[in-house]
Amino acid sequence: MLSKQAIAKIDRELSKYPADQRRAAVMSALRIAQVEHGWLSKEAIADVAAYLGIPDIAALEVASFYNMYELEAVGKYKLTVCTNISCMLRDAEGIVEHLEHKLGVHCGETTADGKFTLREGECMGACGGAPLLLINNHEMREFLTPEKVDVMLEELN
Amino acid sequence: MSGSFNQVCFRTVGLPNPASLKTYRSVGGYEVLKRIITEKIPAAEIIAEIKLSGLRGRGGAGFPTGLKWTFMPRNYDGEKYLVCNSDEGEPGTFKDRDILRYNPHQIIEGMAIGAYTMGVKTAYNYIHGEIWAEYEIFERALDEARVAGLLGDNILGTDFTFNLYAHHGYGAYICGEETALIESIEGKKGQPRFKPPFPATYGVFGKPSTINNTETFASVPYILQHGGQNFLDLGVANSGGTKLFSISGHVEKPCNVEVNMGMPFPELLALAGGVWKGRKLKAVIPGGSSVPVVPADIMMQCTMDYDSIVKVGGSMLGAGSVIVMDETTDMVKTLDRLSYFYYEESCGQCTPCREGTGWLWRVVRRIAEGKGRMEDLDLLTDVSNNISGRTICALGDAAATPVLSFIKHFRPEFEYYIEHGRSMLKA
Repeated sequence: MLSKQAIAKIDRELSKYPADQRRAAVMSALRIAQVEHGWLSKEAIADVAAYLGIPDIAALEVASFYNMYELEAVGKYKLTVCTNISCMLRDAEGIVEHLEHKLGVHCGETTADGKFTLREGECMGACGGAPLLLINNHEMREFLTPEKVDVMLEELN
Repeated sequence: MSGSFNQVCFRTVGLPNPASLKTYRSVGGYEVLKRIITEKIPAAEIIAEIKLSGLRGRGGAGFPTGLKWTFMPRNYDGEKYLVCNSDEGEPGTFKDRDILRYNPHQIIEGMAIGAYTMGVKTAYNYIHGEIWAEYEIFERALDEARVAGLLGDNILGTDFTFNLYAHHGYGAYICGEETALIESIEGKKGQPRFKPPFPATYGVFGKPSTINNTETFASVPYILQHGGQNFLDLGVANSGGTKLFSISGHVEKPCNVEVNMGMPFPELLALAGGVWKGRKLKAVIPGGSSVPVVPADIMMQCTMDYDSIVKVGGSMLGAGSVIVMDETTDMVKTLDRLSYFYYEESCGQCTPCREGTGWLWRVVRRIAEGKGRMEDLDLLTDVSNNISGRTICALGDAAATPVLSFIKHFRPEFEYYIEHGRSMLKA
Protein backbone atom coordinates (compact mmCIF):
# COMPACT_ATOMS: atom_id res chain seq x y z
CA MET A 1 0.00 0.00 0.00
CA LEU A 2 1.13 3.53 -0.73
CA SER A 3 1.24 5.66 2.40
CA LYS A 4 -0.69 8.91 2.70
CA GLN A 5 2.57 10.82 2.49
CA ALA A 6 3.53 8.97 -0.68
CA ILE A 7 0.16 9.71 -2.26
CA ALA A 8 0.49 13.40 -1.40
CA LYS A 9 3.88 13.46 -3.10
CA ILE A 10 2.57 11.62 -6.15
CA ASP A 11 -0.33 14.07 -6.39
CA ARG A 12 2.14 16.94 -6.49
CA GLU A 13 3.90 15.22 -9.41
CA LEU A 14 0.58 14.59 -11.17
CA SER A 15 -0.15 18.32 -11.09
CA LYS A 16 2.74 18.82 -13.52
CA TYR A 17 0.96 17.02 -16.36
CA PRO A 18 -2.35 17.32 -18.20
CA ALA A 19 -5.19 15.63 -16.30
CA ASP A 20 -5.53 12.94 -18.98
CA GLN A 21 -1.81 12.07 -18.85
CA ARG A 22 -1.48 10.45 -15.43
CA ARG A 23 1.00 7.94 -16.84
CA ALA A 24 3.55 10.78 -17.15
CA ALA A 25 3.98 10.71 -13.36
CA VAL A 26 5.02 7.05 -13.27
CA MET A 27 8.75 7.69 -13.00
CA SER A 28 8.27 9.99 -10.01
CA ALA A 29 5.67 7.71 -8.44
CA LEU A 30 7.96 4.69 -8.68
CA ARG A 31 10.81 6.73 -7.22
CA ILE A 32 8.58 7.85 -4.33
CA ALA A 33 7.47 4.26 -3.66
CA GLN A 34 11.07 3.05 -3.79
CA VAL A 35 12.27 5.68 -1.33
CA GLU A 36 9.52 4.53 1.03
CA HIS A 37 10.13 0.77 0.77
CA GLY A 38 13.81 0.64 -0.19
CA TRP A 39 13.00 -1.27 -3.40
CA LEU A 40 10.08 -2.01 -5.72
CA SER A 41 8.20 -5.23 -5.11
CA LYS A 42 5.64 -6.48 -7.63
CA GLU A 43 2.99 -5.27 -5.16
CA ALA A 44 4.48 -1.79 -4.89
CA ILE A 45 4.61 -1.51 -8.67
CA ALA A 46 0.99 -2.67 -8.91
CA ASP A 47 -0.03 -0.10 -6.28
CA VAL A 48 1.62 2.68 -8.30
CA ALA A 49 -0.03 1.45 -11.49
CA ALA A 50 -3.45 1.24 -9.83
CA TYR A 51 -3.14 4.77 -8.44
CA LEU A 52 -2.20 6.17 -11.85
CA GLY A 53 -4.83 4.09 -13.64
CA ILE A 54 -2.37 2.35 -15.94
CA PRO A 55 -1.77 -1.40 -16.53
CA ASP A 56 0.70 -3.04 -14.11
CA ILE A 57 2.90 -3.96 -17.06
CA ALA A 58 3.24 -0.29 -18.06
CA ALA A 59 4.69 0.52 -14.65
CA LEU A 60 6.83 -2.64 -14.57
CA GLU A 61 8.41 -1.93 -17.94
CA VAL A 62 9.44 1.52 -16.73
CA ALA A 63 10.75 0.10 -13.45
CA SER A 64 12.81 -2.47 -15.35
CA PHE A 65 14.09 -0.11 -18.05
CA TYR A 66 15.64 2.61 -15.89
CA ASN A 67 18.56 1.37 -13.86
CA MET A 68 18.06 3.38 -10.66
CA TYR A 69 14.96 1.35 -9.77
CA GLU A 70 15.51 -1.79 -7.73
CA LEU A 71 13.34 -4.82 -8.47
CA GLU A 72 14.89 -6.86 -5.66
CA ALA A 73 15.66 -5.94 -2.08
CA VAL A 74 18.93 -4.07 -1.59
CA GLY A 75 20.90 -3.14 1.51
CA LYS A 76 20.05 -0.17 3.67
CA TYR A 77 22.70 1.76 1.78
CA LYS A 78 23.15 1.15 -1.93
CA LEU A 79 26.54 2.46 -3.03
CA THR A 80 26.81 2.96 -6.80
CA VAL A 81 30.33 3.76 -7.96
CA CYS A 82 30.70 5.33 -11.39
CA THR A 83 33.40 3.49 -13.35
CA ASN A 84 32.90 5.18 -16.71
CA ILE A 85 35.78 6.80 -18.57
CA SER A 86 36.41 10.03 -16.62
CA CYS A 87 36.13 8.19 -13.30
CA MET A 88 38.17 5.25 -14.63
CA LEU A 89 40.98 7.64 -15.57
CA ARG A 90 41.06 8.80 -11.93
CA ASP A 91 41.15 5.29 -10.47
CA ALA A 92 37.52 4.43 -9.84
CA GLU A 93 38.74 0.83 -10.02
CA GLY A 94 40.80 1.45 -6.88
CA ILE A 95 37.71 2.80 -5.11
CA VAL A 96 35.68 -0.27 -6.12
CA GLU A 97 38.46 -2.60 -4.94
CA HIS A 98 38.74 -0.73 -1.66
CA LEU A 99 34.98 -0.98 -1.08
CA GLU A 100 34.94 -4.67 -2.01
CA HIS A 101 37.75 -5.28 0.46
CA LYS A 102 36.19 -3.23 3.27
CA LEU A 103 32.68 -4.63 2.81
CA GLY A 104 33.72 -8.17 1.95
CA VAL A 105 31.42 -8.33 -1.07
CA HIS A 106 31.78 -8.08 -4.82
CA CYS A 107 30.00 -5.53 -6.97
CA GLY A 108 26.34 -6.46 -7.27
CA GLU A 109 26.26 -8.09 -3.83
CA THR A 110 24.83 -7.11 -0.43
CA THR A 111 26.65 -7.52 2.88
CA ALA A 112 25.43 -10.34 5.14
CA ASP A 113 24.05 -7.83 7.68
CA GLY A 114 21.92 -6.26 4.94
CA LYS A 115 23.55 -2.90 5.42
CA PHE A 116 25.38 -2.27 2.15
CA THR A 117 24.81 -3.14 -1.48
CA LEU A 118 27.72 -2.36 -3.83
CA ARG A 119 27.18 -1.47 -7.48
CA GLU A 120 29.05 -0.20 -10.49
CA GLY A 121 27.22 2.55 -12.32
CA GLU A 122 27.27 4.40 -15.61
CA CYS A 123 28.07 8.08 -16.16
CA MET A 124 26.38 10.27 -13.58
CA GLY A 125 27.08 13.56 -15.32
CA ALA A 126 29.46 14.81 -12.64
CA CYS A 127 32.82 13.78 -14.16
CA GLY A 128 34.60 16.83 -12.73
CA GLY A 129 34.25 15.25 -9.28
CA ALA A 130 35.71 11.88 -10.29
CA PRO A 131 35.94 9.37 -8.80
CA LEU A 132 32.50 9.47 -7.24
CA LEU A 133 29.58 7.41 -5.99
CA LEU A 134 25.92 7.71 -5.16
CA ILE A 135 24.37 6.69 -1.83
CA ASN A 136 20.81 5.45 -2.36
CA ASN A 137 20.55 7.20 -5.74
CA HIS A 138 20.24 10.70 -4.32
CA GLU A 139 23.35 11.61 -2.37
CA MET A 140 26.56 12.09 -4.31
CA ARG A 141 30.06 11.84 -2.85
CA GLU A 142 32.82 13.19 -5.05
CA PHE A 143 36.64 13.38 -5.22
CA LEU A 144 36.84 9.99 -3.49
CA THR A 145 39.99 8.55 -1.98
CA PRO A 146 40.24 5.31 0.03
CA GLU A 147 40.51 7.50 3.17
CA LYS A 148 37.32 9.39 2.31
CA VAL A 149 35.56 6.08 1.65
CA ASP A 150 36.57 4.89 5.13
CA VAL A 151 35.18 8.04 6.73
CA MET A 152 31.94 7.65 4.77
CA LEU A 153 31.54 4.01 5.80
CA GLU A 154 32.04 4.90 9.46
CA GLU A 155 29.48 7.66 9.17
CA LEU A 156 26.94 5.25 7.63
CA ASN A 157 27.69 2.56 10.20
CA MET B 1 44.08 35.14 -23.64
CA SER B 2 41.27 36.82 -25.54
CA GLY B 3 37.85 37.51 -24.06
CA SER B 4 36.79 36.81 -20.51
CA PHE B 5 35.45 33.94 -18.43
CA ASN B 6 32.00 32.95 -17.28
CA GLN B 7 30.14 35.89 -18.75
CA VAL B 8 27.08 34.17 -20.24
CA CYS B 9 25.64 31.01 -18.63
CA PHE B 10 27.97 31.26 -15.64
CA ARG B 11 27.46 34.92 -14.85
CA THR B 12 26.33 34.20 -11.27
CA VAL B 13 29.20 31.79 -10.56
CA GLY B 14 31.31 33.09 -7.68
CA LEU B 15 28.58 35.34 -6.25
CA PRO B 16 27.00 34.55 -2.87
CA ASN B 17 23.95 32.23 -3.15
CA PRO B 18 24.42 32.05 -6.92
CA ALA B 19 21.24 30.01 -7.50
CA SER B 20 18.93 32.48 -5.76
CA LEU B 21 16.49 34.78 -7.50
CA LYS B 22 17.99 37.74 -5.66
CA THR B 23 21.44 37.03 -7.03
CA TYR B 24 20.12 36.44 -10.54
CA ARG B 25 18.28 39.75 -10.42
CA SER B 26 21.45 41.48 -9.23
CA VAL B 27 23.08 40.67 -12.58
CA GLY B 28 20.07 41.90 -14.55
CA GLY B 29 18.16 38.63 -14.54
CA TYR B 30 14.57 38.60 -15.87
CA GLU B 31 14.96 42.15 -17.27
CA VAL B 32 15.03 40.81 -20.81
CA LEU B 33 11.89 38.73 -20.30
CA LYS B 34 10.16 41.73 -18.75
CA ARG B 35 11.01 43.97 -21.70
CA ILE B 36 9.94 41.35 -24.25
CA ILE B 37 6.56 40.60 -22.73
CA THR B 38 5.65 44.15 -21.71
CA GLU B 39 6.71 45.71 -25.01
CA LYS B 40 5.29 42.71 -26.90
CA ILE B 41 8.40 42.32 -29.04
CA PRO B 42 7.39 40.38 -32.18
CA ALA B 43 8.52 36.73 -32.29
CA ALA B 44 10.13 37.27 -35.69
CA GLU B 45 12.38 39.94 -34.19
CA ILE B 46 13.53 37.59 -31.41
CA ILE B 47 14.20 34.76 -33.83
CA ALA B 48 16.16 37.11 -36.11
CA GLU B 49 18.36 38.07 -33.16
CA ILE B 50 18.97 34.43 -32.20
CA LYS B 51 19.82 33.60 -35.81
CA LEU B 52 22.23 36.55 -35.97
CA SER B 53 23.97 35.35 -32.79
CA GLY B 54 25.03 32.12 -34.46
CA LEU B 55 23.84 30.15 -31.42
CA ARG B 56 23.94 26.41 -32.15
CA GLY B 57 22.52 23.58 -30.07
CA ARG B 58 24.87 23.02 -27.15
CA GLY B 59 23.74 19.47 -26.43
CA GLY B 60 26.14 18.13 -29.02
CA ALA B 61 24.47 18.30 -32.42
CA GLY B 62 25.16 21.99 -33.03
CA PHE B 63 21.93 22.64 -34.92
CA PRO B 64 21.20 26.38 -35.38
CA THR B 65 18.81 27.36 -32.57
CA GLY B 66 17.10 30.24 -34.36
CA LEU B 67 16.24 27.97 -37.27
CA LYS B 68 14.92 25.26 -34.94
CA TRP B 69 12.58 27.79 -33.35
CA THR B 70 10.98 28.50 -36.74
CA PHE B 71 9.93 24.86 -37.11
CA MET B 72 7.14 25.19 -34.57
CA PRO B 73 3.76 25.73 -36.23
CA ARG B 74 2.68 29.36 -35.65
CA ASN B 75 -1.06 29.15 -36.08
CA TYR B 76 -1.74 25.98 -34.17
CA ASP B 77 -4.76 26.02 -31.91
CA GLY B 78 -3.93 23.23 -29.46
CA GLU B 79 -1.29 22.84 -26.78
CA LYS B 80 2.40 23.07 -27.73
CA TYR B 81 5.35 22.14 -25.53
CA LEU B 82 8.85 23.33 -24.88
CA VAL B 83 11.39 20.98 -23.35
CA CYS B 84 14.81 21.58 -21.86
CA ASN B 85 17.18 18.64 -22.16
CA SER B 86 19.18 18.50 -18.91
CA ASP B 87 19.60 14.72 -19.19
CA GLU B 88 23.33 15.00 -19.26
CA GLY B 89 24.75 11.48 -19.36
CA GLU B 90 27.32 11.54 -22.13
CA PRO B 91 30.54 10.39 -20.46
CA GLY B 92 32.76 13.41 -19.88
CA THR B 93 29.89 15.92 -19.83
CA PHE B 94 28.97 17.83 -16.67
CA LYS B 95 28.36 21.43 -17.74
CA ASP B 96 24.55 21.57 -17.49
CA ARG B 97 24.81 20.34 -13.92
CA ASP B 98 26.72 23.51 -13.03
CA ILE B 99 24.20 25.77 -14.77
CA LEU B 100 21.44 24.02 -12.80
CA ARG B 101 23.20 24.42 -9.49
CA TYR B 102 24.73 27.88 -9.95
CA ASN B 103 22.35 29.67 -12.30
CA PRO B 104 18.97 27.92 -12.58
CA HIS B 105 17.01 31.13 -13.08
CA GLN B 106 18.80 31.85 -16.34
CA ILE B 107 17.47 28.53 -17.69
CA ILE B 108 13.98 29.54 -16.57
CA GLU B 109 14.26 32.96 -18.19
CA GLY B 110 15.64 31.47 -21.42
CA MET B 111 12.81 28.95 -21.55
CA ALA B 112 10.20 31.64 -20.85
CA ILE B 113 11.56 33.71 -23.73
CA GLY B 114 11.48 30.64 -25.97
CA ALA B 115 7.92 29.89 -24.91
CA TYR B 116 6.81 33.46 -25.64
CA THR B 117 8.50 33.30 -29.04
CA MET B 118 6.94 30.00 -30.05
CA GLY B 119 3.53 30.51 -28.45
CA VAL B 120 3.99 27.80 -25.82
CA LYS B 121 2.27 27.75 -22.43
CA THR B 122 3.72 24.61 -20.85
CA ALA B 123 7.27 23.34 -20.60
CA TYR B 124 9.38 20.68 -18.89
CA ASN B 125 12.98 20.51 -17.86
CA TYR B 126 14.10 16.89 -17.99
CA ILE B 127 16.94 16.46 -15.48
CA HIS B 128 19.39 13.55 -15.31
CA GLY B 129 18.33 11.27 -12.45
CA GLU B 130 21.78 10.92 -10.91
CA ILE B 131 22.20 14.63 -10.15
CA TRP B 132 19.44 14.67 -7.56
CA ALA B 133 20.75 17.67 -5.62
CA GLU B 134 20.54 19.77 -8.80
CA TYR B 135 17.00 18.56 -9.48
CA GLU B 136 16.03 19.88 -6.05
CA ILE B 137 17.84 23.17 -6.62
CA PHE B 138 15.90 23.60 -9.86
CA GLU B 139 12.60 22.76 -8.13
CA ARG B 140 13.36 25.44 -5.53
CA ALA B 141 14.19 27.97 -8.26
CA LEU B 142 10.84 27.19 -9.91
CA ASP B 143 9.05 27.79 -6.60
CA GLU B 144 10.84 31.11 -6.17
CA ALA B 145 9.94 32.18 -9.70
CA ARG B 146 6.28 31.23 -9.18
CA VAL B 147 6.05 33.22 -5.95
CA ALA B 148 7.64 36.22 -7.68
CA GLY B 149 5.08 36.06 -10.49
CA LEU B 150 7.69 35.08 -13.09
CA LEU B 151 5.93 31.80 -13.87
CA GLY B 152 2.22 31.05 -14.02
CA ASP B 153 -0.71 33.08 -15.28
CA ASN B 154 -0.36 36.68 -16.46
CA ILE B 155 3.36 36.98 -15.83
CA LEU B 156 4.40 40.43 -14.57
CA GLY B 157 0.87 41.68 -15.19
CA THR B 158 0.90 40.89 -18.92
CA ASP B 159 -1.26 38.42 -20.84
CA PHE B 160 1.70 36.02 -21.09
CA THR B 161 1.05 32.72 -19.30
CA PHE B 162 3.79 30.14 -18.90
CA ASN B 163 4.13 27.07 -16.67
CA LEU B 164 7.39 25.20 -16.27
CA TYR B 165 7.93 21.90 -14.45
CA ALA B 166 10.88 19.69 -13.60
CA HIS B 167 10.81 16.04 -14.68
CA HIS B 168 13.57 13.69 -13.57
CA GLY B 169 15.17 10.75 -15.32
CA TYR B 170 16.17 7.65 -13.36
CA GLY B 171 19.16 6.10 -15.04
CA ALA B 172 19.02 5.80 -18.82
CA TYR B 173 21.65 7.38 -21.08
CA ILE B 174 19.37 7.00 -24.09
CA CYS B 175 16.92 9.58 -22.71
CA GLY B 176 19.36 12.30 -23.75
CA GLU B 177 18.16 11.52 -27.29
CA GLU B 178 15.28 13.93 -27.77
CA THR B 179 12.57 11.51 -28.87
CA ALA B 180 13.51 8.99 -26.15
CA LEU B 181 13.30 11.90 -23.74
CA ILE B 182 9.78 12.67 -24.99
CA GLU B 183 8.75 9.05 -24.48
CA SER B 184 10.19 9.23 -20.98
CA ILE B 185 8.23 12.40 -20.13
CA GLU B 186 5.14 10.51 -21.22
CA GLY B 187 5.96 7.81 -18.65
CA LYS B 188 7.30 5.18 -21.02
CA LYS B 189 10.56 3.33 -21.64
CA GLY B 190 13.04 5.69 -23.25
CA GLN B 191 13.09 4.24 -26.73
CA PRO B 192 13.71 6.72 -29.57
CA ARG B 193 11.00 7.36 -32.12
CA PHE B 194 11.28 7.11 -35.86
CA LYS B 195 11.69 10.51 -37.47
CA PRO B 196 9.76 11.92 -39.29
CA PRO B 197 7.46 13.02 -37.84
CA PHE B 198 9.83 15.38 -36.03
CA PRO B 199 9.00 16.74 -32.57
CA ALA B 200 7.94 20.12 -34.01
CA THR B 201 5.04 18.22 -35.56
CA TYR B 202 4.55 15.33 -33.14
CA GLY B 203 6.29 15.71 -29.79
CA VAL B 204 5.29 15.55 -26.13
CA PHE B 205 1.81 13.97 -25.77
CA GLY B 206 1.66 14.01 -29.57
CA LYS B 207 1.74 17.82 -29.70
CA PRO B 208 4.18 20.16 -31.49
CA SER B 209 7.29 20.42 -29.31
CA THR B 210 10.73 21.97 -29.34
CA ILE B 211 13.64 20.56 -27.37
CA ASN B 212 16.80 22.52 -26.64
CA ASN B 213 19.77 21.87 -24.39
CA THR B 214 20.20 23.59 -21.02
CA GLU B 215 23.19 25.69 -22.10
CA THR B 216 21.33 26.72 -25.24
CA PHE B 217 18.39 28.09 -23.25
CA ALA B 218 20.70 29.74 -20.73
CA SER B 219 22.47 31.60 -23.55
CA VAL B 220 19.25 33.20 -24.79
CA PRO B 221 18.82 35.96 -22.15
CA TYR B 222 22.38 37.17 -22.76
CA ILE B 223 21.85 37.27 -26.53
CA LEU B 224 18.67 39.32 -26.23
CA GLN B 225 20.21 41.61 -23.64
CA HIS B 226 23.39 42.40 -25.56
CA GLY B 227 22.27 41.65 -29.11
CA GLY B 228 22.97 38.81 -31.50
CA GLN B 229 25.97 40.57 -33.02
CA ASN B 230 27.63 40.93 -29.62
CA PHE B 231 27.28 37.19 -28.93
CA LEU B 232 28.41 36.25 -32.44
CA ASP B 233 31.53 38.41 -32.05
CA LEU B 234 32.55 36.56 -28.88
CA GLY B 235 33.26 33.50 -31.01
CA VAL B 236 34.69 32.71 -34.43
CA ALA B 237 33.26 31.89 -37.86
CA ASN B 238 30.44 29.28 -37.69
CA SER B 239 30.85 29.13 -33.91
CA GLY B 240 29.29 32.23 -32.42
CA GLY B 241 29.49 33.07 -28.76
CA THR B 242 30.91 31.35 -25.76
CA LYS B 243 30.95 27.67 -24.83
CA LEU B 244 31.11 25.74 -21.61
CA PHE B 245 33.86 23.16 -21.65
CA SER B 246 33.86 20.27 -19.19
CA ILE B 247 37.44 19.15 -18.68
CA SER B 248 37.92 15.78 -16.99
CA GLY B 249 40.35 12.90 -16.74
CA HIS B 250 44.11 13.35 -16.39
CA VAL B 251 44.30 17.07 -15.60
CA GLU B 252 45.39 18.77 -12.39
CA LYS B 253 42.05 20.54 -11.86
CA PRO B 254 39.02 18.99 -13.58
CA CYS B 255 36.51 21.81 -14.09
CA ASN B 256 33.95 23.58 -16.18
CA VAL B 257 34.99 26.81 -17.84
CA GLU B 258 33.00 29.16 -20.04
CA VAL B 259 35.23 30.74 -22.66
CA ASN B 260 34.97 32.29 -26.10
CA MET B 261 34.63 29.83 -28.95
CA GLY B 262 37.88 29.41 -30.83
CA MET B 263 40.23 29.23 -27.85
CA PRO B 264 43.38 27.27 -28.74
CA PHE B 265 43.27 23.86 -27.07
CA PRO B 266 46.60 24.34 -25.21
CA GLU B 267 45.10 27.41 -23.47
CA LEU B 268 42.01 25.46 -22.47
CA LEU B 269 44.17 22.63 -21.13
CA ALA B 270 46.13 25.16 -19.08
CA LEU B 271 42.88 26.42 -17.49
CA ALA B 272 42.46 22.93 -16.05
CA GLY B 273 45.99 23.04 -14.67
CA GLY B 274 47.49 21.07 -17.55
CA VAL B 275 48.14 17.34 -17.68
CA TRP B 276 48.45 16.02 -14.12
CA LYS B 277 51.56 14.75 -12.37
CA GLY B 278 53.83 16.44 -14.91
CA ARG B 279 53.05 13.75 -17.45
CA LYS B 280 52.76 14.04 -21.22
CA LEU B 281 49.48 14.25 -23.10
CA LYS B 282 48.59 11.13 -25.05
CA ALA B 283 45.11 11.75 -26.43
CA VAL B 284 41.92 13.76 -25.99
CA ILE B 285 38.28 12.98 -26.63
CA PRO B 286 37.14 16.55 -27.33
CA GLY B 287 33.34 16.32 -27.28
CA GLY B 288 32.15 13.47 -25.08
CA SER B 289 32.70 9.72 -25.40
CA SER B 290 30.74 9.43 -28.65
CA VAL B 291 33.15 11.50 -30.77
CA PRO B 292 36.44 10.25 -32.25
CA VAL B 293 39.53 10.27 -30.03
CA VAL B 294 42.28 12.68 -31.16
CA PRO B 295 46.03 12.00 -30.63
CA ALA B 296 47.90 14.66 -28.65
CA ASP B 297 49.96 16.19 -31.48
CA ILE B 298 46.83 16.81 -33.57
CA MET B 299 44.78 18.04 -30.61
CA MET B 300 47.40 20.62 -29.65
CA GLN B 301 46.87 22.26 -33.07
CA CYS B 302 43.09 22.57 -32.67
CA THR B 303 41.07 25.55 -31.57
CA MET B 304 37.90 24.89 -29.59
CA ASP B 305 35.16 25.55 -32.13
CA TYR B 306 32.93 23.44 -34.37
CA ASP B 307 35.03 23.78 -37.56
CA SER B 308 38.53 23.31 -36.17
CA ILE B 309 37.69 20.13 -34.25
CA VAL B 310 36.25 18.65 -37.45
CA LYS B 311 38.79 19.91 -40.00
CA VAL B 312 42.00 19.79 -37.97
CA GLY B 313 41.09 17.21 -35.35
CA GLY B 314 38.98 14.82 -37.41
CA SER B 315 36.52 14.70 -34.54
CA MET B 316 33.59 16.76 -33.27
CA LEU B 317 33.05 19.46 -30.65
CA GLY B 318 29.95 17.64 -29.39
CA ALA B 319 28.89 18.99 -26.01
CA GLY B 320 32.36 20.43 -25.31
CA SER B 321 33.28 17.52 -23.07
CA VAL B 322 37.05 17.31 -23.08
CA ILE B 323 38.38 14.00 -21.73
CA VAL B 324 42.14 14.17 -21.24
CA MET B 325 44.36 11.07 -21.27
CA ASP B 326 48.01 11.05 -20.24
CA GLU B 327 50.86 8.90 -21.53
CA THR B 328 50.11 6.05 -19.10
CA THR B 329 46.58 5.48 -20.47
CA ASP B 330 45.90 1.96 -21.70
CA MET B 331 43.84 2.60 -24.83
CA VAL B 332 42.61 -1.00 -25.06
CA LYS B 333 41.22 -0.99 -21.54
CA THR B 334 39.74 2.47 -22.06
CA LEU B 335 37.94 1.29 -25.19
CA ASP B 336 36.81 -1.82 -23.31
CA ARG B 337 35.06 0.40 -20.73
CA LEU B 338 33.48 2.64 -23.36
CA SER B 339 32.24 -0.31 -25.40
CA TYR B 340 30.66 -1.83 -22.30
CA PHE B 341 28.84 1.46 -21.70
CA TYR B 342 27.16 1.48 -25.12
CA TYR B 343 26.25 -2.20 -24.80
CA GLU B 344 24.73 -1.54 -21.35
CA GLU B 345 22.82 1.54 -22.51
CA SER B 346 21.51 0.34 -25.89
CA CYS B 347 17.72 0.50 -25.58
CA GLY B 348 17.38 -2.76 -27.48
CA GLN B 349 15.02 -1.52 -30.13
CA CYS B 350 17.19 -1.87 -33.26
CA THR B 351 18.93 -5.17 -33.97
CA PRO B 352 22.24 -3.73 -35.30
CA CYS B 353 22.70 -1.73 -32.08
CA ARG B 354 21.30 -4.27 -29.60
CA GLU B 355 23.38 -7.13 -31.00
CA GLY B 356 26.26 -5.10 -32.40
CA THR B 357 27.15 -3.20 -29.23
CA GLY B 358 27.43 -6.47 -27.29
CA TRP B 359 29.49 -8.02 -30.07
CA LEU B 360 31.88 -5.05 -30.14
CA TRP B 361 32.31 -5.17 -26.38
CA ARG B 362 32.94 -8.92 -26.27
CA VAL B 363 35.64 -8.68 -28.93
CA VAL B 364 37.34 -5.67 -27.28
CA ARG B 365 37.14 -7.45 -23.92
CA ARG B 366 38.73 -10.55 -25.47
CA ILE B 367 41.67 -8.43 -26.67
CA ALA B 368 42.00 -6.70 -23.29
CA GLU B 369 42.08 -10.11 -21.61
CA GLY B 370 44.96 -11.16 -23.85
CA LYS B 371 42.88 -13.61 -25.85
CA GLY B 372 42.49 -11.57 -29.01
CA ARG B 373 43.24 -12.62 -32.57
CA MET B 374 44.75 -10.39 -35.24
CA GLU B 375 41.61 -10.73 -37.39
CA ASP B 376 39.60 -9.22 -34.50
CA LEU B 377 40.71 -5.74 -35.57
CA ASP B 378 39.10 -6.15 -38.99
CA LEU B 379 36.09 -7.76 -37.34
CA LEU B 380 35.64 -4.75 -35.05
CA THR B 381 35.86 -2.40 -38.03
CA ASP B 382 33.37 -4.50 -39.98
CA VAL B 383 30.83 -4.72 -37.13
CA SER B 384 31.20 -0.98 -36.44
CA ASN B 385 30.59 -0.09 -40.08
CA ASN B 386 27.52 -2.32 -40.13
CA ILE B 387 25.98 -0.62 -37.08
CA SER B 388 26.61 2.94 -38.30
CA GLY B 389 23.68 4.48 -40.11
CA ARG B 390 21.46 1.44 -39.63
CA THR B 391 19.63 2.39 -36.44
CA ILE B 392 16.78 4.70 -35.45
CA CYS B 393 18.96 6.96 -33.32
CA ALA B 394 22.61 7.92 -33.03
CA LEU B 395 23.52 5.56 -30.18
CA GLY B 396 24.59 2.92 -32.70
CA ASP B 397 26.96 5.35 -34.42
CA ALA B 398 28.12 6.54 -31.01
CA ALA B 399 29.13 2.98 -30.09
CA ALA B 400 30.97 2.48 -33.36
CA THR B 401 32.90 5.77 -33.30
CA PRO B 402 35.24 5.08 -30.35
CA VAL B 403 36.02 1.60 -31.70
CA LEU B 404 36.94 2.89 -35.15
CA SER B 405 38.92 5.89 -33.90
CA PHE B 406 40.81 4.08 -31.14
CA ILE B 407 41.92 1.38 -33.60
CA LYS B 408 42.75 3.96 -36.27
CA HIS B 409 45.02 6.04 -34.04
CA PHE B 410 46.36 3.44 -31.61
CA ARG B 411 46.48 0.25 -33.69
CA PRO B 412 49.97 -0.77 -32.50
CA GLU B 413 48.65 -0.94 -28.90
CA PHE B 414 45.88 -3.29 -29.96
CA GLU B 415 48.31 -5.40 -32.02
CA TYR B 416 50.72 -5.64 -29.09
CA TYR B 417 47.93 -6.87 -26.81
CA ILE B 418 47.03 -9.52 -29.38
CA GLU B 419 50.62 -10.64 -29.94
CA HIS B 420 51.83 -10.57 -26.33
CA GLY B 421 48.64 -10.92 -24.32
CA ARG B 422 49.40 -7.75 -22.36
CA SER B 423 49.78 -4.01 -22.68
CA MET B 424 52.84 -2.53 -24.37
CA LEU B 425 52.83 0.15 -21.65
CA LYS B 426 54.04 -2.38 -19.10
CA ALA B 427 56.62 -3.88 -21.46
